[in-house]
Amino acid sequence: MAPSPAPRPDPGQPAPDEAGLRALARTPAQAFRHGMVQALPFLIVIVPFAVLFGVVALEAGMDLAQTMGFSVLVLAGASQFTAVQLMTDNAPIFIVILSGLAVNLRMAMYSASLVPWLRDAPAAQKGWLAYLLIDQSYALAVQHYERHPRLSVRQRMAYFFGTAMALSIPWMAATWAGATLGRAIPDDIALDFAMPITFLAMIAPMLRTAAHLVACFVAISAALLFAGLPSGLGLMIAAPLGMAAGALVETWTERRKGQMS
Amino acid sequence: MIDQYSELSIWIVIIALGIGTFLIRWSFLGALGNRDMPEWVLRMLRYTPVAVLPALVAPLVMWPAATDGQPDPARLSAAAATVAVGVLTKNVILSILAGAITLFGLLYVLG
Repeated sequence: MAPSPAPRPDPGQPAPDEAGLRALARTPAQAFRHGMVQALPFLIVIVPFAVLFGVVALEAGMDLAQTMGFSVLVLAGASQFTAVQLMTDNAPIFIVILSGLAVNLRMAMYSASLVPWLRDAPAAQKGWLAYLLIDQSYALAVQHYERHPRLSVRQRMAYFFGTAMALSIPWMAATWAGATLGRAIPDDIALDFAMPITFLAMIAPMLRTAAHLVACFVAISAALLFAGLPSGLGLMIAAPLGMAAGALVETWTERRKGQMS
Repeated sequence: MIDQYSELSIWIVIIALGIGTFLIRWSFLGALGNRDMPEWVLRMLRYTPVAVLPALVAPLVMWPAATDGQPDPARLSAAAATVAVGVLTKNVILSILAGAITLFGLLYVLG
């Protein structure tokens, strides 16, 4: 697969429909607002998740500045939880950093698939976009660009920043709320399990294909097998094994499809 | 509790993750442009979340620290309920709710 699965913007597209014409007529400011509005439903997931991060970080013993440091400077939920969990397990610092980054590697794919749409944007805007590139904004933006291929680069950028603004600021505010109000939560409640449940809930909907299932299964088996190794090391072995297994199954599936057709 | 990490090392983790994550997000759009990545690299990248997150969680589900590493029926059932509802509904919030209700319900019933 090429790094950019999205179709390239093609000037020879069929004439846009009514919604397409409306999208094309938007000023950048209107495109920004449109992006914000379309991102709002995702707050149902993002806000509780951020509150939970605030609470979990507080319970782990981090102060408010460190907790906010994660949500403002890293701005990537799964890797924030991963880092806090591994620090709680007293894993070595390089394993904490490597694992936190490994969770975010998928974003390199996002970056690649945005190139055909946003290649001509100013470098400073690309920098801001890279800071704000979260799963939900990426998904919304790519859907929007593919649906309306004739948008200008300014309209595309404005739409993206609209979605990013609507999601990242609540992410930070809700983290703060969790870290501040979390003190009110009684100590005997089983919060140790909040992180595993949240992660499982994030993974389950991703298990769409046989390759995803195999990747998950291999990673779990290896993680349990290597659980006796020093903290965090098992993960460093199990995760690449799972990734390789998923990639292998994908290759096989495609080859079989190729033979049948 | 994070007890073996000094204030400074926590900040090192935060800054390293912040810079590293930025560079990952910036990579293609900012620096690599249209350069083609080997196909196998892109394939592996696709499976990072479904490999890393379960590998991180599996030992925590099997041997929770809260029960001194003893497998715990309430936590195992909660994990199963979370995955089942997540696969069936594809809804993250419903899935978290199913897990939380199962966990607190069973902890209450089993004492």
